[in-house]
Amino acid sequence: MKLRGNTLVGGTLIGIVLLTAATATVWTPYNPLQVNLRARLKPPSELYWLGTDEFGRDVLSRIMAGAGTSVLVALLTVAFAVVVGVILGVVAGYVRGWTDRILMAVNDALLAFPGILLALGVMVVVGANKYGIVLALGLAYAPSVVRVVRGTVLSVREREYVEASRMIGNGEIYSMVRHVMPNCIAPIAVLSTSMFGWVLLSESALSFLGLGVPPPAPTWGNMLAASRPYMETATWLGIAPGLCIAFTLLGINLLGDSLRDRLDPRMAHA
Amino acid sequence: MLSYVLRRLAFTIPTLLLVAMAVFTLVRLIPGDPVQLMLGDAADPAQVTEMRRALGLEEPLPVQFVLWLGKVAVGDLGKSISNGLPVLPLMIERFQVSGLIVLVAVFFAALLAVPAGLLAAWRQNQPLDLAIVAGATMLLSIPTFWLGLLLLLLFGLKLGWLPVVGYVPFSENFGQALLYIVLPIVTLTMVEIGVMTRMSRAAAIDVLRLDYVTHARAKGLPERRVLMRHVLPNAFAPTWTLIGLILGHLLGGIAVLETVFTLPGLGRLLVDSIFARDYPVVQGCLLFTALIYVLVNLVVDLCYPLFDPRVQAE
Repeated sequence: MKLRGNTLVGGTLIGIVLLTAATATVWTPYNPLQVNLRARLKPPSELYWLGTDEFGRDVLSRIMAGAGTSVLVALLTVAFAVVVGVILGVVAGYVRGWTDRILMAVNDALLAFPGILLALGVMVVVGANKYGIVLALGLAYAPSVVRVVRGTVLSVREREYVEASRMIGNGEIYSMVRHVMPNCIAPIAVLSTSMFGWVLLSESALSFLGLGVPPPAPTWGNMLAASRPYMETATWLGIAPGLCIAFTLLGINLLGDSLRDRLDPRMAHA
Repeated sequence: MLSYVLRRLAFTIPTLLLVAMAVFTLVRLIPGDPVQLMLGDAADPAQVTEMRRALGLEEPLPVQFVLWLGKVAVGDLGKSISNGLPVLPLMIERFQVSGLIVLVAVFFAALLAVPAGLLAAWRQNQPLDLAIVAGATMLLSIPTFWLGLLLLLLFGLKLGWLPVVGYVPFSENFGQALLYIVLPIVTLTMVEIGVMTRMSRAAAIDVLRLDYVTHARAKGLPERRVLMRHVLPNAFAPTWTLIGLILGHLLGGIAVLETVFTLPGLGRLLVDSIFARDYPVVQGCLLFTALIYVLVNLVVDLCYPLFDPRVQAE
């Protein structure tokens, strides 16, 4: 009962965000970058549903375009972290020995950095832009994937059915892909879902700090940052992007919970 | 106990070394020549070479690393490019602000979240539990910086109860300082309650289904005593580890909160130095925060046996 409620609400919220992001690639009510100095800081109205910002740009259009940017960055980052994490995790868990020890030592050192701090450090090197964030956050979150994958590989590789696969003459790589890897899918799915939420939050935090996607391209984070001077006179500027981030995170958290309940039987009761 | 402490300490040293190496490499990867930056574009090439030699930048990288590490070990993190002040005292001053906020917020969050999680677990899947979980999930989903802005808007601008911009050190005026710091702490506390409640609930549920709890109930102990004496101590251990992780993460992410509330903390120092390309300070802040993170987790792990005596037996 509770499970279905979580899935339904979470799924709906995320569905709306994805749909908005997809729509924004082809259509927004106004051009999100179009400056209109005669319509500066207009409160929500029939013409501008969510009002306009300090340059007279339509907030709704910017929110929609921002969804596109945030979702794209989050998806690319998660994909990057998962690919890097799976490759290194499999290598560490499979080759073992010194390779494993060195990889895991470096991995643990990276985990010893709070993710956002590591991302800040990498942003210094790559500079503030969309793909810089993907690289920075991807590197920050890949170590958790490495851990999960390596753990799963280590626990599964000696099982009888993997042994059996080798015994009937299947190659190492085939046995690995066919019999060991499927065990990683559930934990990776659970981790990726929560990672999507973290990345979205981190990206908006970085953009809020001015170290993320640079203006004028809209993201929810940099819209919030830009709204600060007008907090009192144009409250709507700060409400809409914040609500969007919060609802997306809520959706992800709910979806993550139900996914974890379903895929990770150990956690089913939690 | 001693062997546990020693083993845990021994684990810390390679981690710290690798962290130092990571920070060193990161800063060297930054495009552009730091000396050129320090002296300005119009600098005489001979002067640049001279300065490079003076700073040891002509040496091979591994040699540079060892020299740098030697300095770091005695607390010499260089001087800020923008104002020439030594980096370490600067960071310590800023850290007092950030550290205070994080510590107090985590303390209050734990104070509220651990009982809430226990209560939710005790009434698992009943209305009280669902309400607590829903509330926690909601809090978890609000970005710190947005919550901070909303609270500022409400208490600072609309109601006018609290100041909106600035900071007063506690050493200057205790009452004033309190006024400036209450909103950042409340913001952080609220967000952390979300994470911690869920964690302590999960831990308490695990404990509640153990045989010894049934036994305690069977021998007729009142529920209050079962929860307080038998469930809470064991359910607290995992939450305690989480507290360590949270402390470190908060310190890493505190720049955002400090930006919202215009506080002169360590996070803000890091971000400002990134903008100013003040690399000695960037390097120092990254290293310092990571060091605190590692140390906090060390202390948390060392205290762990106090809550869960089974650990040191392993």
